[in-house]
Order: sequence, then C-alpha cells, then structure tokens
Amino acid sequence: MSLGPHADFIVAAYAVTLFVVAALIGWVMLDYVAQCRVLEDLEERGVTRRSLREG
Amino acid sequence: MPMIDLANPTRFLAVVNRVLPWLIAATAILFAIGLFRTMNAPDDYQQGATVKIMFLHVPAAWLGMFGWGLMSIAALGTLVWRHPLADVAGKAAAPIGAAFTFICLVTGSLWGRPTWGTYWVWDARLTSMLVLLLLYFGVLALYWTAEEPGRGARAAAILSLVGAINLPIIKFSVDWWNTLHQPASVFRMGGSTIDPTILTPLLIMTLAFTLLFVTLHLAVMRNEILRRRVRSMRLIQAQELHA
Repeated sequence: MSLGPHADFIVAAYAVTLFVVAALIGWVMLDYVAQCRVLEDLEERGVTRRSLREG
Repeated sequence: MPMIDLANPTRFLAVVNRVLPWLIAATAILFAIGLFRTMNAPDDYQQGATVKIMFLHVPAAWLGMFGWGLMSIAALGTLVWRHPLADVAGKAAAPIGAAFTFICLVTGSLWGRPTWGTYWVWDARLTSMLVLLLLYFGVLALYWTAEEPGRGARAAAILSLVGAINLPIIKFSVDWWNTLHQPASVFRMGGSTIDPTILTPLLIMTLAFTLLFVTLHLAVMRNEILRRRVRSMRLIQAQELHA
C-alpha cells in the first residue's frame, strides 16, 4: 500500500484520531474503576443509599 | 423488558452491563473490516491517497453533529420532563461529541493542506464546525464548573437547545454560501456521487465509529450514574456525622 507524496498528512491524521480515541477509552475505563472503588469503600464503611434503606 | 423500565437507573445499569461486551465486540469487528477495506481502497482520481483521510474525517463530522443532536433531545428530557437519565445522557454525550468534532477539524486541516493548499479557510462549513466545537466546550464548562449540579444541567440543556440551530447551518452551509468545502457527496438527492470502491469502506468506517460512539456513550452514562451515587452517599455520610 503506497501512500504517495502526502503520506505524512495521512499518517498524522490516523495518529491524531488514534490518540484521541485511545484517550477517550482510557478516561472512561479509569473513571469506571475509580467510581467503583469509591462506592466499594463507602459501602465498607456502612454508608448505604436512601433508596436501599427504604427498600 | 418494557422501555419504561430503562428509566430506572438501577435497571439501566443492569442492561448496560449486559449489552456493553457485545457492543465492544461488534465495534472491534467492524473496525477490523473497515480498516482492512480502507487499506485496500483505491486512490481517488483527484485526491490521490489523501482520500484515506476521508475515512476518518467524514465519520467524525457526522458524529460531532450526532452528539449535539443527542444532547438536544436529552435537553428536552431535562427541561420538560426533568428526567434524571436525560441529564445523564446529555452530560455523557458532550465530551464524546467534542472529541469527534476535534478529530473532524484536525483531519480536515490535514486533508486541506495537500488538496487545497491551506490548513484553514474561514468558509461557512469550517467556521460553523469550529463554532460547534466551541459550543461543546461551553456545555462542558457549564457541567464541570457549576457548584450545584442541577443548575449546571439546566444551563447546559438550554445551551444544547440553542446550539441546535447550528446543526442545519453546518449541513446546508455548502448550499447556502459559496464555500471552498465541497457540497454533500454521500447523502444527497439523486444518490451518492462517490465510487462504490471508496463509498463502501467509508460507510463501514462510519458504522464502526457510530458503534464506538454508542458504546462510549453508554459507558460514560454508567460512570455518571455511579458518580451520582457516590455523591449522594457522601452527603448521607456527612449528614450522619453531623447528626
């Protein structure tokens, strides 16, 4: 596959897209782990949500 | 399960947890097919190999606008029905839509330099797309800086509805004004003007990116619901400590 005389522009476009998409996925995954950890920590301390208490 | 059950955050989380692995697998498969077809697509007779940038630029442009459309619908849910999941959906779509709008602008610039001879021109299509990115930043600022989340959500919902005016401007800018950007070539009256050897990988990549958007959106919504649970539990903890 030849990218011709403008290969730098094509590679840069794919690199930027890959970087932004990878950053989005990384942020989503790290945020999920962080929220789960805090929730677990709160539950271990005996804090429960109002809806669970009422149920 | 009736659709109304999804309005309950706990049931929504259960559905998301079940659906996400399938969505991730489908997205990965579509990207594998799309990238294979992209690599093997022929050069365009005018653009040469730079047409490969279009396989990123066109889906990103569509998703930048799709994200704002989604936020506008969610804004109606927030303002009219005051549904908490509508606000979660709107807030979750903002960073993803902003990321795709950014990709659209950067890949468009990288395509424009070899094709038009410039990275940027202040024509109607490019400028209205840049306005969309600035509107995304505005919504994100409202969500992230509001001291009271409910007030931030209402302000962001109003901006989402007002900003929706920009969507038809982006779409029809190439028809209403004399622009350097070419007119619509994928979805237009009379059918696409693109050769099937390029159109097919373009549509596969568009579908793959759209599935990626949906997957990320559901994952960010799940995170946001968990964040709100954490917030309410911390408030309960604080109240108990002071009691």
